[in-house]
Amino acid sequence: MNVLVFLIPVSIFLGLLGLVFFLWTMRSRQYDDPAGDAQRILSGIYDDAPPED
Amino acid sequence: MAAPVSACPACDAAALAESTAGKGYAGNGGEAKRIMLSLPQVYCAACIVGVEKGLSTQPGVRSARVNLTLKRATVEVDQDVEPEALADYLTGIGFEAYELDAGALMATETDKRSRELLMRLGVAFFGMMNVMLLSVAVWSGASDATRDLFHWVSAGIALPIVAFSAQPFFKSAWSALRVKRLNMDVPISLAILLAAGMSVYETMHSGEHAYFDAALSLTFFLLAGRYLDHRTRAVARSAAEELAALEVPRAHRIVGDGEEVVSVADLAIGDVVRVTPGNRVPVDGMVETGESEVDRSFLTGESLPVFAGPGDMLNAGEVNLTGPLTLRVAAAGKDTALHRMADLVAIAETARNKYTGLADKAAAIYAPVVHLLALGAFVAWLVITGGDVRHALNIAVAVLIITCPCALGLAVPAVTTAASGRLFKKGMLLKSATAMERLADVDHVVFDKTGTLTEGAPKLENLGDHAEADLSVALGLAQGSAHPLAQAIAFAARGEGMVPAVLTEVREVPGHGVEALWNGQQVRLGRAEWVGAHVLGRTATYLKIGKRPAVAFTFTDALRDGAKEAVTALKAGGCGVTLISGDAEEAVRDVAFRLGIDDFRAGMLPDGKVAEVEALAASGKRVLMVGDGLNDTAALAAAHVSISPASALEAARVVSDIVLLGKSLAPLGDALLTSRKATRRIKENFGIAATYNAIAIPIALLGFATPLAAALAMSASSIMVTLNALRLKVGK
Repeated sequence: MNVLVFLIPVSIFLGLLGLVFFLWTMRSRQYDDPAGDAQRILSGIYDDAPPED
Repeated sequence: MAAPVSACPACDAAALAESTAGKGYAGNGGEAKRIMLSLPQVYCAACIVGVEKGLSTQPGVRSARVNLTLKRATVEVDQDVEPEALADYLTGIGFEAYELDAGALMATETDKRSRELLMRLGVAFFGMMNVMLLSVAVWSGASDATRDLFHWVSAGIALPIVAFSAQPFFKSAWSALRVKRLNMDVPISLAILLAAGMSVYETMHSGEHAYFDAALSLTFFLLAGRYLDHRTRAVARSAAEELAALEVPRAHRIVGDGEEVVSVADLAIGDVVRVTPGNRVPVDGMVETGESEVDRSFLTGESLPVFAGPGDMLNAGEVNLTGPLTLRVAAAGKDTALHRMADLVAIAETARNKYTGLADKAAAIYAPVVHLLALGAFVAWLVITGGDVRHALNIAVAVLIITCPCALGLAVPAVTTAASGRLFKKGMLLKSATAMERLADVDHVVFDKTGTLTEGAPKLENLGDHAEADLSVALGLAQGSAHPLAQAIAFAARGEGMVPAVLTEVREVPGHGVEALWNGQQVRLGRAEWVGAHVLGRTATYLKIGKRPAVAFTFTDALRDGAKEAVTALKAGGCGVTLISGDAEEAVRDVAFRLGIDDFRAGMLPDGKVAEVEALAASGKRVLMVGDGLNDTAALAAAHVSISPASALEAARVVSDIVLLGKSLAPLGDALLTSRKATRRIKENFGIAATYNAIAIPIALLGFATPLAAALAMSASSIMVTLNALRLKVGK
């Protein structure tokens, strides 16, 4: 059962990593326009770099 | 390439706009200004591209971003760019657009509460997943020291997270308890706190069962419901604010030789204000100078313009049509006819506030039952075990957790989110939380005529009756005037390919009409008394050429887009339809006949409308009122539920529960169906929750509930309720 000493911190660390990512997506306003984001992938135009040639 | 995946007619503009879009415009060095535009009709990928690329071709535009969820565009521009020009340009390329007051919108921009809830939700999810991992190990057989270790680790994760994430419930429960009431949050908070507290106790005493995962998943599922609810309302609120931002109440006050623009609130009795043609009269007052015609349809429903000259009294809300007027203010602000109408509204509204939503009804039954059950279980097991407090408490907590309103907490928000999202897509905005439930009850619909069923814009109907020469003279005269009737003549005559007659000395006589010389003869187009004609009992203007008797041009009010479909759909939905208008009998009968409405009343005053709606309500009907004018506001407030188009006056929109964002009335029928379906889903969800409780409660009472069973039951019921709600999104 010694392996638990590593596994528990590892699992919590991975979970925390997920949480940090979530907080980042929230702070960068990625949930402000879900309907628009769902539609934007259908357009061939990129609204961010790199621009299409 | 623009997406070829759309049936949206306006999107052809996308390809056009795209080809002209170049590198981004970096600005003229000055400070950027932010403009908000409301876009009620965008809904597809190509619309987004069309609007964004189209805007970026406009001079002075630095960047444009469409938010489809809020149906709104944010544009960064140079200081000197006028929002109106951009809105006009977009409307021109096929996307209906309105300018918004950015100041009023700042509040929604920083919607902190929604992000705060989302943050708590994310943290709760993190905790739930981690603790669940540890719990699985315990459920699959970890024992003794390992189990205790896992419990301690779980406690370390769960306690701070519960303290952080469940705060909204604690706060709400506390504020309810302080005024000695019970709401849904009281059993929720109690269950979360007891689950966490008892688990800590059990962990300290090496107990077998700890409910940390239950405490966290409860928090998570309920926060999800809370977040959905909040999000739906935030979208509705921001759109409602947009509508309010559309109107800016200002007046032109004359001081000395010049004039200044002041807020209507700053006007005092005795001030003189100027009202230019095409603008709304801001106050009640007497005409000092100038002659014109005014459109009273918003106040009274009359579709015929009324003459106004010196000495006549005008009311706030009327529209000046032809000539500039100066008014001496007789009443401003609270004393205007407009505000007296508002008082009527206030009285009517108190009746409606008594409505309790399904969620509140459920909570009112649920909370005491659960508490009594838990208490009963505690006492009973205390007696059975002969004073084993720990065991009895364990069972009481299990009862609280297992009956906890996970499914109930999600039952209503999941459905309303799905349904109001669906309605919002069709251009309907639900302003109040219970509007959907009330709409589902409706079995009688009352319509206003002018501006609601009709466009409020006249259409020439007897074009064919006139000689070509007359028409060309009429066109020549009409094109010199901004009067709606003149414009309707010009529009119709041009549509027939008429060429305007050559006229000299064209002169508009405000309040009367237009006159000119044609081949040496005097020609006049205008009011009956002025040209010397018999007055017809309907909307008409008269043309007199030289000494010949005058001929009449008559008009009908064009039906609003989708009016026919809406009336048909509502009738098919089993609703009675009544048309109530302040307009003249003949005009009302005509519209009623065209739409197939048998029951109509003409010449109704505002309090008459209220009385009519109340009489229907007294006879057991649930009335839906659809109206747009000031004369409708009291009736809108008195009805069980009310709808107004976005073009309605602010006062009317404020008292309405639902606002139609687009021009068409067609979504009305669908709204009725959707709301009925939604209410059915809510009741089904309550059914699911009740069935699940009927099975789970006896198990918990008998002491067979384990943390595993609680976790399974909780997740299963929550997911089932959510899936049931999502059925609204699919299907027709």
